[in-house]
Amino acid sequence: MPESPSSPESFPIKRLLIIAAVVAVAAVAFAYTAGWLSPHRLTPEKLVASLAPPGGPALGHRRNHAKGICFTGTFEANGDGSALSRAPVFVRGQYPVVGRFNLGSPVPNVADAMVRVRGIGISIKTPDGQEWRSAMINAPIFPVSTPQDFYELQTSAGSKDPDAMKRFIAAHPGFTTFLGWAKGAPWTGSFAEESYNSLDSFLFVDGAGTEHPIRWSLVPVAPPVSISPDELAKRGPDFLEEEITQRVAASPQRWSLVVTVANPGDPTADPNKAWPADRRTVNVGTLLVQQIEPERDGPCREINFDPTVLPAGITTSDDPFPAARSAAYSRSYNSRTAEESNYPHTATGASQ
Amino acid sequence: MTTSRKRFTAPQRLLHWLMAICILSMLFIGVGMVSTITPKYLTLVQIHKPLGIAILVLALIRLVLRIVYGAPALPADLPEPIKLAANLSQYIFYALMIGMPLIGWGMLSAASYPVVLFGSVHLPPILPVSPGLHTLLWRAHYCLAFAFFVFILMHVGAILFHKLVRNDGVFEAMAPVLTRDQPK
Repeated sequence: MPESPSSPESFPIKRLLIIAAVVAVAAVAFAYTAGWLSPHRLTPEKLVASLAPPGGPALGHRRNHAKGICFTGTFEANGDGSALSRAPVFVRGQYPVVGRFNLGSPVPNVADAMVRVRGIGISIKTPDGQEWRSAMINAPIFPVSTPQDFYELQTSAGSKDPDAMKRFIAAHPGFTTFLGWAKGAPWTGSFAEESYNSLDSFLFVDGAGTEHPIRWSLVPVAPPVSISPDELAKRGPDFLEEEITQRVAASPQRWSLVVTVANPGDPTADPNKAWPADRRTVNVGTLLVQQIEPERDGPCREINFDPTVLPAGITTSDDPFPAARSAAYSRSYNSRTAEESNYPHTATGASQ
Repeated sequence: MTTSRKRFTAPQRLLHWLMAICILSMLFIGVGMVSTITPKYLTLVQIHKPLGIAILVLALIRLVLRIVYGAPALPADLPEPIKLAANLSQYIFYALMIGMPLIGWGMLSAASYPVVLFGSVHLPPILPVSPGLHTLLWRAHYCLAFAFFVFILMHVGAILFHKLVRNDGVFEAMAPVLTRDQPK
């Protein structure tokens, strides 16, 4: 920097120090905001890294629920949801759906019989260009109450310390409710026989602006047939994908979209806590799954089933999970799309 | 593209300071939101998108004003390399102010995300869904954000140098005071 020709002072050290201080304070504030000065902040990066299996993540795949199969179908709204939400998706009519059946595991080639949690992701679009995405699982409650607890669950489960899980369970008694379901609930032999639950609470906003805290579930029309895990283990590693492909080819599969309305005081902020069974439910329409396509070249592949992609008329509630899931899913999406070469499209699919 | 005015016109100065607030907020929001999983994440993302589009619109208006009204000349005694840097920095800032929102919009389009501004108001995709494009644009958005912040720090350092050390009228040309422009 040239010395000022117009200044009578000699070297203006004080003023240069002021300038340096202003710039330094701004830089430090930026670094703080970015989390560089807070190593304990739970970042999306850390949360997603905690999901990885011991050998590291499967490159090119979703960081959790890595194994899945795409479908297309229709949501047939019966109009009854409009009393609770002004979202156009509840206006009586038919709306296109792209979705994905999946397994709650970070391993994309895991054997289907090994995975307790089965899931579904859906994206419903309405003609006005709005979109509703949801990712649901067959468990009736989430394993833990907060995103921080979820991170601790992942690190405990992945820990080499044999007592880590014992300590985690002792400190998080709510997890035993989930374990009760995992150990005791019947297994089925089909994605089509599962109920899928939002678990997280959202708010439906009606035409008058009134907010209704709700959760939703996809309840299968196909009756669930209980099959023992031992029996399922004898089937092929991809029996769920093969079964749903054949089943849907034979006839479309249906689920009712059932909305459960909270009573005042129900635990909306904690997806580990079920609501009492007598809560009002509203059947708002039917999901029809009409065509199955392998994920590799399928229409669901590039979709991040971010549960915060919501139409006007649905918003997040005080449940902290949708935000955490959105942040983590985004991180997972950015990673896997950058690793596309590890999970290439097939030659035939490349032309699409 | 210089003018005989000693100061930028009032609309130009207004836009400069308004955008300074918007862009600084935007950079802090951006770097903050990707570092957290708390409910703040959603709030910040919901501000980030419409604010980015607002910056794009303001930047385009500002570019038109810049072309129409020009800029006051730099002090004649300013060394040539500094003049060059000052002029270059203006091109860089305009490129970033217009480029960053477009990259962000394109990045969301390439990832098949809806670009929701508020409520049911959303923008159409400007690029086809493509993991390759998404990765390229995401990296560009990320890296250019840090570059943008560094340029702003340099800009602040330079303008304070003009004001506190040289006191040569460069700061006054864009100062946020509403005084009538005096032609030379």
